Amino acid sequence: MASSYDYDDASLDSRYARPPSAGQGGAGTDQGYDPNFVPDSVKTFVVHLYRHIREKNVYEIHQMYDGSFQRLSDRMFRESPWPSVEAIAPYVDNDHVFCLLYREMWFRHLYARLSPTGRQRVESWDNYCSLFSVVLHGVVNMQLPNQWLWDMVDEFVYQFQSYCQYRAKLKNKTEEELQLLRQYDQAWNVYGVLNYLQALVEKSAITDVLEREKEGLEQFTATDGYDYEGGTSNVLKMLGYYSMIGLLRVHCLLGDYHTGLKCLAPIDISQQGVYNVVIGSHISTIYHYGFANLMLRRYVEAIREFNKILLYILKYKQYHQKSPQYDQILKKNEQMYALLAICLSLCPQNNLVEENVNSQLRDKYNEKMTKMLRYDDEAYAVYDELFTYACPKFITPSAPVLEEPLTNYNQDAYRLQLKLFLYEVKQQQLLSGVRSFLKLYSTISVGKLAAYMEVDEPTLRTILMTYKHKMHAVDGDGKIIPNADVDFYISEDIVHVVESKPTKRYGDYFLRQILKFEEMISELDRIKLD
Amino acid sequence: MGREQQQVSYTVKQLVSVNPYNPDILSDLENYVNEQVSSQTYSLDANLCLLRLYQFEPGRMSTPIMVQILIKALMAMPASDFSLCLFLIPEQVQMQEQFKTLIVLSHYLETARFRQFWDEAAKRRSILEVVPGFEQAIQAYAIHVLSLTYQKVPRTVLAEAINIEGLSLDKFIEHHVAISGWVLEKSHGHSQLIVLPRNEFNYPELKKHTTDGVPFEDVTRIFPILS
Repeated sequence: MASSYDYDDASLDSRYARPPSAGQGGAGTDQGYDPNFVPDSVKTFVVHLYRHIREKNVYEIHQMYDGSFQRLSDRMFRESPWPSVEAIAPYVDNDHVFCLLYREMWFRHLYARLSPTGRQRVESWDNYCSLFSVVLHGVVNMQLPNQWLWDMVDEFVYQFQSYCQYRAKLKNKTEEELQLLRQYDQAWNVYGVLNYLQALVEKSAITDVLEREKEGLEQFTATDGYDYEGGTSNVLKMLGYYSMIGLLRVHCLLGDYHTGLKCLAPIDISQQGVYNVVIGSHISTIYHYGFANLMLRRYVEAIREFNKILLYILKYKQYHQKSPQYDQILKKNEQMYALLAICLSLCPQNNLVEENVNSQLRDKYNEKMTKMLRYDDEAYAVYDELFTYACPKFITPSAPVLEEPLTNYNQDAYRLQLKLFLYEVKQQQLLSGVRSFLKLYSTISVGKLAAYMEVDEPTLRTILMTYKHKMHAVDGDGKIIPNADVDFYISEDIVHVVESKPTKRYGDYFLRQILKFEEMISELDRIKLD
Repeated sequence: MGREQQQVSYTVKQLVSVNPYNPDILSDLENYVNEQVSSQTYSLDANLCLLRLYQFEPGRMSTPIMVQILIKALMAMPASDFSLCLFLIPEQVQMQEQFKTLIVLSHYLETARFRQFWDEAAKRRSILEVVPGFEQAIQAYAIHVLSLTYQKVPRTVLAEAINIEGLSLDKFIEHHVAISGWVLEKSHGHSQLIVLPRNEFNYPELKKHTTDGVPFEDVTRIFPILS
């Protein structure tokens, strides 16, 4: 499971130049780790897992994957890797695919508990290439739990992001590490990553499946993607599905929010779907969707989705306390509150946030939100702080230039996104003032309003037009969506304010009461009075 | 000739949707930018694809192409295409003179400072001339913002926003009276007022109150009772 880390990952330094099989691990590996020693519990584990996979017993596989693997890791492999794949292969008939799966788990464990060396990163890339190639050739005939399949895609993107950070920090690299980078220049190259994800989406024909499902011609969501009857493999299909989310994530890391959202488009997030079966995939989807909408200035859309997921997490996080994903869930939860605070400061709304979410939000960010609304220097500092905390770990995708002078440029991508974001905030600087004034009046002349705001009339007109422009986003189809809770129009010289009041849902109320009374009446009818 | 052009752009669109992560299509995409400029068409997806490829291969970046893409994005306002493109252009490149100019122009448009925009645009004719249709596109954006904001807009405000004065402005207004439903009025101070067409943004009564609507499926629940 991808572990959370601070913006600048301090553990990625050049101490771990030696691969662990050399026996002398760095500070991370247990002294005396023998990759060839297979404890009995591991023997049992792989034998049973292999059997369950062959028998397509998805439930048992899930128990072992989610439960036993974590327990064994906690007990025996807290600070060392699992036994090497060569050591366990004899117990599983040297099955090629099982070994690829085992290795994927092996590397994932390494990334989570220890620090991978440059060489290990490259080896992990090779493993993913082999694994995905096998899947793409359509020769994998097994049913695996969705949790596992999601974790594979999630980890793939995470390791890519981690590698981009790693190879962008050149200043303190040893000659050996630089040589490795030169030699394996194809490892984790951005084309490979994107093309594998794209290939999984295409080969699985998942967009067709989703289309047919809408017309009632296919069962997919109803069975969580599994095939209980026929037992056909769900691996390619689900990897294809999760790769759409993976593509959204990679595009966000590159700063291409528009294309990211397009990649996610086949998944309808206004409905329940397979994406919310595994909580990790649900959170990742909504986090990136919301972030992309924030950068596209579609604030209301972002607020709506953040609100829904934060409410969901509030209600259900207790059920995940024991799970290895718990830390990551909490971290994303906090980040989304920060993003929600940003959205609500840029685009105040009254009725979009549910009560409990709102009180959590106020607990965490009330002071900061007040500061952000002031739009002074302190405000920009708060916007900066929250954005930095909550944003994805942007990457520089191009290959490193491995000649002098060697620099660290891993923060360049982030700095650009932050700069452009703050630039947008600055452009909206005067809008908060306009909004407060508009809330006080139903009509006011342009001249008077200009005087109150201490600007001349032409400037006020431009401010009012800016308000209109910024508060009306353009959605993917070119439609204009109003975002503001306070709106206005100008007739010649008079500003007429229009405040959108929450409309009472009379229709809904009457329908419910009609049905309730009808029920009562039929009950009463049944009582016989003698 | 036109037929061939159609075929080329069809192929590019296919490339972008089927095989976008591929450095081999870079020159096709560059040609397509030139084609968008000359035939006054536009494709955000293709241009973003190209900017991404430039990110992957910084050595192949072409400043003239990127400048054209940014100008086309400006012309797409009010859509935020310009920011979307900037997100993909490295900071050092954005420091170059031409990019700084375009960013300033975008800033003026985003903050509805039309007078400053047209002043600056006049000084930078050489950069903007390369893309035909630029002026008209910005004028369309200006009218869009005015339509969001005003029911009745004074002539002077309109003139400043679209950078047209005197007789040309009269002709322009005449044209829109005929085509777009504008109406001329006289204000109290005897200056001209232009009444813009009604839409849900300058006439809030027109806003569809979707929240008060009841979905049909819910109403069907009480059909048994009603009968």
